[in-house]
Amino acid sequence: MNEPVVTMDVRQVAPDVAIIDITGEVTAACEGALTKAHENAATPNTRRVVLNFTGLNYMNSGGIGMIVTLLVRANRQHQQLAAYGLSPHYRQIFELTRLDEAIAIHDDEASALAGSAS
Amino acid sequence: MTEQTPRDAGNWAAKVDRLEVSVEHSAAGYNVSGRRVTGPQQGFGRLWQRRYATTVGEGVTPKALIADWKQNFGKYWPKGATFHAALTGLEPGAVAPIGINAAPGMQLATGVLVLYADDESFSFMTPEGHMFAGMITFAAAEVDGATEASITILVRPNDPLYELGWPIMRRREDTFWIATMRNLAAGHGAPGANVSHHTECVDRKRLWSNWRNVRHNAGISSVLHMVTSLFRRRGGH
Repeated sequence: MNEPVVTMDVRQVAPDVAIIDITGEVTAACEGALTKAHENAATPNTRRVVLNFTGLNYMNSGGIGMIVTLLVRANRQHQQLAAYGLSPHYRQIFELTRLDEAIAIHDDEASALAGSAS
Repeated sequence: MTEQTPRDAGNWAAKVDRLEVSVEHSAAGYNVSGRRVTGPQQGFGRLWQRRYATTVGEGVTPKALIADWKQNFGKYWPKGATFHAALTGLEPGAVAPIGINAAPGMQLATGVLVLYADDESFSFMTPEGHMFAGMITFAAAEVDGATEASITILVRPNDPLYELGWPIMRRREDTFWIATMRNLAAGHGAPGANVSHHTECVDRKRLWSNWRNVRHNAGISSVLHMVTSLFRRRGGH
């Protein structure tokens, strides 16, 4: 499998909220990087994990599959999964695959942190 | 947020709320037309990830293999199943009805949406009523100098009836996709290829809020369609 062309940085913005900044390509090849980022983001107190897709520049169907498995892991740990920074193109893919019904999509970081629907 | 057009822009299906079947396949697509797609979170049963893989050999590149697989998708299926590809082929956004022999004399009608397609992979998403809610990806890659074909499935049984039938469906899926992979390998000069397969339960939790999916069950509506078409035929004489 090819090396992932992606970086995932974790920011702990509140005791119960973490942001994963995703930059680059989201494909099945970055499963390890996403799993590790989620492990770093998830403390016993974490109730909300926010995915920042502002730096996303490529995604294939393997990437969507990976986000589904991340969603399952987050739900298992009683965490809400949210996202922001999706371009209209990627927002449409979330809508097409109906991921937007399970992951709250926000316009920006402030609304994602507030948890209000955009 | 980037303003540039992403390079995957042409690889994805456009957003649709309800699937439409082309006129040429409208008869076979009665369980697909007007239905919504279902991702894994819209299904009911446990979430499974399954992968089948085989080495096709060195005689074909991953891109050439995928081009052929897209062009002749249904031809590599074993007997007893029909794939109604659109004339335009497996382009993103295409809707293909499928028919599966579920029991002697009974064909289960459902279909797929081509969700994504590029030079080295393509993916389908299933509609309401299909046995499974989720995605299936067909891919090819170079592994140790040879071309490997793979099928990766991420699905939940779509409703409680399908969940009950999972042990049987799982075996049938194994038989079906292993035969497909063997046909694909044989078609590219690797007859009798070994097919590896791996199954993992990603989520043991059932999504009880989706139990009502049973109203779309393609098995039930296929039986009803068969019975009513029998009456329609008799009524016509």
